[in-house]
Amino acid sequence: MSAKQSSRRKFLRNSAALAGLAATPAGLAVAPRTASGQTRVAGAVPDMNAMEYVLYGARSRFVTTTRILEGHGHYEDDRPKPNPYRPSAGTPIRDLVGIITPSSLHFATQHHYGIPEINPSEHRLTIHGMVDRPMVFTVDDLKRFPASSKIYFLECLGNRARPTDKNVNETNGRMACSEWTGVPLSMLLKEAGVKNGASWIVAEAAEAGHHTKSVPMAKVMDDVLVAYGQNGEPIRPDHGFPLRLLVPGFEGIYNVKWLKTIKVVDQPYKTFQERSRFMGADRRSRHFIYELGPKSVITFPSGEDHLPEHGTYTITGLAWSGGGAVRRVEVSTDGGQTWTDAKLRGPALKRAFTRFDLVWKWKGEEAVLQSRCTDELDQVQPSVAEFARFWNKTESEFLRTGATSFGHVNIIQPWKVATNGLVQNGLET
Amino acid sequence: MAWCRTAWRPSLLVALLMAVVTGTAAGQEESLFGFGRAATPREVREADTTVGPEGKELPPGSGNAVQGAAVFAQRGCPLCHGPNLVEGPGPKLVVEALEGLSTTYYPVSYWPDAPLIFDFIRRAMPYDRAGILSDDESYALTALLLHRNGLIEEEDVMDADSLPRVVMPHRSRYTEPPADWQPGRPRPWTTPVP
Repeated sequence: MSAKQSSRRKFLRNSAALAGLAATPAGLAVAPRTASGQTRVAGAVPDMNAMEYVLYGARSRFVTTTRILEGHGHYEDDRPKPNPYRPSAGTPIRDLVGIITPSSLHFATQHHYGIPEINPSEHRLTIHGMVDRPMVFTVDDLKRFPASSKIYFLECLGNRARPTDKNVNETNGRMACSEWTGVPLSMLLKEAGVKNGASWIVAEAAEAGHHTKSVPMAKVMDDVLVAYGQNGEPIRPDHGFPLRLLVPGFEGIYNVKWLKTIKVVDQPYKTFQERSRFMGADRRSRHFIYELGPKSVITFPSGEDHLPEHGTYTITGLAWSGGGAVRRVEVSTDGGQTWTDAKLRGPALKRAFTRFDLVWKWKGEEAVLQSRCTDELDQVQPSVAEFARFWNKTESEFLRTGATSFGHVNIIQPWKVATNGLVQNGLET
Repeated sequence: MAWCRTAWRPSLLVALLMAVVTGTAAGQEESLFGFGRAATPREVREADTTVGPEGKELPPGSGNAVQGAAVFAQRGCPLCHGPNLVEGPGPKLVVEALEGLSTTYYPVSYWPDAPLIFDFIRRAMPYDRAGILSDDESYALTALLLHRNGLIEEEDVMDADSLPRVVMPHRSRYTEPPADWQPGRPRPWTTPVP
């Protein structure tokens, strides 16, 4: 055994032992996480000069951020979990900088039927239904078309803050932003020839449960992609390798992973996710809300942070909207009495995360930090009171039931700074 | 570049030629790329597995609730849904009152169209072995759920003709998509009242 192999094995062994400490009842090995990413992992000493890291880079052993395990998925009570039980994992938004989410930290929810292993050379995309020429495409076929590369956020419609959430990973973990590369679906439909009267597509996945979703043709022709690339490399298996649908700005569930079939039809097919779930607070089922609302959240200072001393801090956070580009982000440090325009970092791209910053002098007073997003359609992120009023609830009623009853929660998130510098969730029932 | 190498594979050349030939036969515009190939009738049949709300894609076969109860036990459904369809730990399949209903899963009686029940059972059940059910078994299980929710009689046979005609009692709760939606418009719902 060479020294390199020996060192690698030692690393793996140590990692496994460490992970074992945090093993869940489901038998999942999870590395311990630190919020700051600065904690040194004892014993794990990967040799960064080893050939394997020369060929495929690894991060510093001082950086230990992982995805955040979500405990229950859709089982909000203590009932036994289904077998096999596949938990969801959120993006560690708190530890990220800039607007791009590394693919390995991108949230992945609702893999009820597992992540399929697909050989890309055997994978086919079939387009049929109301078309002149039903077509079959290999992944190589798709790569021959002129490609589109765009930065888009993905957000689960259940990405919502609860008063019990301790930090921004918990309030906002079901969202991420990547550069996606693929073929405009409109281009593929032109190859197949869409028949008169066609008004929807039904996209179907190759995983065991065959997730399906209906998308209106107006959206398909606007900006929907059949994507094969994420952040410069092939899409990872947990994000749909080798192909996924990308429906920019729409609820995450529209972005069908492991895409294998597109049927062109003349009505929404009311698939499982469009008919049996997500009943609104008014006890009517609302499955076609489409775009996610204007939303923003401060990622620093945020829950569980500690401001060590009085002085100058740069408040920073993320803003996004399914409706288009972020036009403005305002920040309040006094509980919403006064608002100041934050600086938008870089160009504000359509349906992408936009990073904002505001320099703030903290003199040791109690403070409530909030951000408010306005998008290019003049849609404004609502306060808790405004959101609750829309659904005929009091603020307190909404916050008590909001954890399970509402989708599309885009309320303004308050973070409370105490005089001792400790920051906590400002949502209170 | 990867595609430069792969483009010269014989299979891809053949595919390209076929696409060009079929494209010409269909009389399409020259602006098309001609990548990909025509799907065979068999490929279209195999891909056409989603049953829409009107039940147009429902296959031959049939079943009733008596047969459904046998399939339910035989295929291990009680492991998740309980022997009487309501004990869990999986979703309850029979719920009478709206009060206390989970907003994340709700039972089949609240679905807008009956063929959709068949579609989901056939595609995604049983949870750990999705896709093993035959069309007859899927019809029988659909009949069982409809019967236990008081929507059909125990002997009623469900097939491609009868299933689309089952009247779903809570259809009016189902909000249809906005008919005139276009990109670039403010959202129709959940925008707070100023």
